Amino acid sequence: MAGYLLIESHDPFENNIVARQYDLAVNLVKEGNQVTLFLVQNGVLPARPGTCSSLLTNTARAGVEVLADDFSLRERGIAPSRLTDGIKAAPLSIVIDYLADGRKAIWH
Amino acid sequence: MSKTFTFALMDAPFENARSTTALRLIDLAIKRGYNVNVFAYEGAVYLPFAKQAQHANAVHGRSVEEENHPLPRAWIAAIMNEAAGKGIKVDWVNCGLCVDERGAGEAIDGVRRGGPADFWKFAESSDNTLVIGTK
Amino acid sequence: MKVLNIVEAAYRGTLEEQDDTVIWICTAMKGAKADIDVLLRGNAVNYAVKAQDAGGLSFGGREQTQPPKIADDVVRLKAQGVKIYVVEDALRERGIEPSELIDGLALISRSKLAKLFGDYDQVWHW
Repeated sequence: MAGYLLIESHDPFENNIVARQYDLAVNLVKEGNQVTLFLVQNGVLPARPGTCSSLLTNTARAGVEVLADDFSLRERGIAPSRLTDGIKAAPLSIVIDYLADGRKAIWH
Repeated sequence: MSKTFTFALMDAPFENARSTTALRLIDLAIKRGYNVNVFAYEGAVYLPFAKQAQHANAVHGRSVEEENHPLPRAWIAAIMNEAAGKGIKVDWVNCGLCVDERGAGEAIDGVRRGGPADFWKFAESSDNTLVIGTK
Repeated sequence: MKVLNIVEAAYRGTLEEQDDTVIWICTAMKGAKADIDVLLRGNAVNYAVKAQDAGGLSFGGREQTQPPKIADDVVRLKAQGVKIYVVEDALRERGIEPSELIDGLALISRSKLAKLFGDYDQVWHW
């Protein structure tokens, strides 16, 4: 079992590959891996309950740890208390910690 | 011995959020005591460009001093200084051909010229590598 | 260390660069003995189309004499021993027929990417 860190900087409102990255995260879990999806920049936009947020909730329910960069959330006025189910705010330093843990890190 | 991470960057400054997030990550890595290699590819060779200059902001009514406009070259120099103070290594390589075609030859101190083989060597000798591609 | 390099953005600055800069850096790294393969996804699957032709540009009478020949560059990379994976769902979605493609590609379905990533120590998405 390997660890993966998928960093998602785009949002599914403007980029139709993003939903496929969420699927990839789920498929990596199905392959027996430990997977974190870390949302950053506009990637945090679907973390606010809206038309695309169920994509993230379903990703979390499938066993992916879904985190959102707390600075990117604050920058966009999204309160951590308002995040859609399954998503947690987290500091960007988690990326460094997971790199140190040897996770395969993939930025999209 | 402390770990070493390699970052490959591609974006020029002032064009999108990736360049700032990349510098945030590098800054965090240094604060955690990790050594950092940076391979600046394509537009990213402008991140440490020495000729970046601040300007005033008439829309906000701010002078040059008041605006205190961020310059990526200054952020990078500060990161390098902080690393040096902690005895940590920051090895920043600008892709030479990318520098040439862009006329970006004047970089701040601490930046050296290199190529893809340097990036591969960085990655092979690092504990982990993160490529931040462009769109 | 074995690395899979993912190319997704296509035709980004390729006319000025006269290359796709990610295909280029992969070729250079392979020349430096890197153990790498390449995955084309999204619009970059079009890089596998034989009939690409960017010739004929000129500006103020100044002609471009070395337009990018991306299909040739992918063939060169393959000849160096780099495996070129292409997401077949992305080809189908774009109406690209198998007969349009260069030879020797490894077509892979989107659903199999997670398994493929497991074969590599690192996965770099450019």
